[in-house]
Amino acid sequence: MITSRPVRLLLYAYAVIGLGFIFLPIFTNVVFSFDSNRFSSLPLGGFTTAWYDEMWRDNDIHGAFLNSLVVAVCVGVISTTLGSCAAYTDYRYSFPGKTPYLLLALLPPTIPVAILGITLLIYFSNIGMFGGLHSIVVAHVIYTIPFAMGLVRLRLSQMDRNLESAAWNLGARPWKALVHIVLLHAMPALLASLFLTMAVSFDEFAMAWLVGGFNETVPVRILSLLQREMSPRINAIGGVVFTVSIVLLLLAQWFFARKGQAGA
Amino acid sequence: MHEAQPAGALAEFREVSKTYGNVTVVDRMCLEIGEGEFLAIMGPSGCGKTTTLRMLAGLETVTSGDILIDGRSTLDLAPYERDTPMVWQSLALFPFMSVEKNVEFGLKMRGVPQPARRTRVAGWLERLEIADLAKRNIATLSGGQRQRVALARSLVMEPRMLLLDEPLTALDASLVLRMQSVLTALQRDLGITFVYVTHSHSEAFAMADRVAIMHEGRLRQVGSPKEIYREPASRFVAEFVGLNNILTGQVGDRAGGRCTVATPAGRFMVDAPAGANFRPGDAVTFVVAAGDLRLETGASRSENRVRCVIVSEEFVGATVVVLLEAESGDDLKIQLPQRDFEASGLSAGSTAFVTWSPGDAHVLPRE
Repeated sequence: MITSRPVRLLLYAYAVIGLGFIFLPIFTNVVFSFDSNRFSSLPLGGFTTAWYDEMWRDNDIHGAFLNSLVVAVCVGVISTTLGSCAAYTDYRYSFPGKTPYLLLALLPPTIPVAILGITLLIYFSNIGMFGGLHSIVVAHVIYTIPFAMGLVRLRLSQMDRNLESAAWNLGARPWKALVHIVLLHAMPALLASLFLTMAVSFDEFAMAWLVGGFNETVPVRILSLLQREMSPRINAIGGVVFTVSIVLLLLAQWFFARKGQAGA
Repeated sequence: MHEAQPAGALAEFREVSKTYGNVTVVDRMCLEIGEGEFLAIMGPSGCGKTTTLRMLAGLETVTSGDILIDGRSTLDLAPYERDTPMVWQSLALFPFMSVEKNVEFGLKMRGVPQPARRTRVAGWLERLEIADLAKRNIATLSGGQRQRVALARSLVMEPRMLLLDEPLTALDASLVLRMQSVLTALQRDLGITFVYVTHSHSEAFAMADRVAIMHEGRLRQVGSPKEIYREPASRFVAEFVGLNNILTGQVGDRAGGRCTVATPAGRFMVDAPAGANFRPGDAVTFVVAAGDLRLETGASRSENRVRCVIVSEEFVGATVVVLLEAESGDDLKIQLPQRDFEASGLSAGSTAFVTWSPGDAHVLPRE
């Protein structure tokens, strides 16, 4: 697209302001996490890693990180598996009721998490599944499957429809064609989906808080810390959470971008 | 049609139909495919030719009828249980594998041990002159190179029958000619059956031993390229094959083996086909191939002669196709060597006479 110079400058400025709006608070948070002042205020004091040390020694935070990690890994694996199956069903078969099926499959992220969380809380209480890490895993899986499905669907839609048939034609049994052709082709999307769903799960607060009972994940721990005190440890936790999330998202993005080249 | 049946039938379509809902894509097709022949299935888009090929490979189920391969029914054979590798229109090469891995794939799936796989793959890459590309990624290859990889991937299976679904559509004109000669040479040397689906006359007629013409799911004519060109079985075939002049008129008087036909463009002498029972007044359509017409500038004593104005000329290789309009408004076309046309000194706008001998007119069966 050809745009004039002033328009281009305006667009750049808009992008910079937009990104600044999102990232400046996070950046400040990270800066203050290394600041020796007890309260986050200017001017900055000296450089310190004391808050990170303190955070590291706090068993509750430790536990929360471990919980988050376990939940995120389980969610990543389960969501990616189920989401890929759903995407393959959509890619390969046509059946009566396919449109409602797809709509239902893609629905969860459109429901506010608080509502989804309360609904699951009631449901889990009724069936005796409330209050464990597995409750959080199930809640997050429901919420993140559509992300996984979306990524894998997109990837499969870029696949020559004849590739699978070509494999059969060359003597591959259907499951072998699935492993050697479809899975191999979808691999970048599978990895992207794994990291994306892990990132979403790692950051999710409302459902984890509602269904997790005494099992706290990192976002839940942050909230209970905030309710009690204004500790600079929170800045340190924020720094770590941000780093983990951004690394996961960058990994997802990297695999997602790479698939473009492989498919060319 | 009563053309000679191929010596040994490798595959046979018996009353094969394919329907999707209430749409009939292939309609009661009967066809024998001979051992070692080069058969082209040709027709306009949507005529069912690709579906026919896919049914042969087991990629589409047969709605009714049966396809026999080697005398055995294939109704319960899955695609991976058949020995019918296919070269796809899109080539369907596996983009995330190297050339070598692509060619090796089928052997691996069939459980051929690795040393034997290596040798066969190397042999075919060599034979198709792509050995130096073995490690390359598919994405980095040119169209012609991909074509050869697709061929190698199928031929490495050493099938008795190779299926080709419009494999040359994506290539430049110059490459198409080159690949045509590669394909004909391969088919001759290997002695295996090629079933080649195409919508292009030039491809079908240049390569095939027999051509099967399909239209709206039905087989319209099967025969050698020469038979189809010289003796089209129907108006559809005559029009589809192209470069034919089709004239319709009424039978006039009859003398010996000949009769006159009165058309809007004039009265012409036509050899009556053996066994045809023409009576004066019957409607009749006859076809004269563009290559059988002659262009004359002066007077002559030809029986069939039409005065025309040249509308345009189109150069096709060393020949030229001249489009003319008769005084009656009928369009005629002549194909002649470029040199002859230039020697005649004619060009668009000139008046000329078109003539042909009665024996070159082919009368179409009544439909």
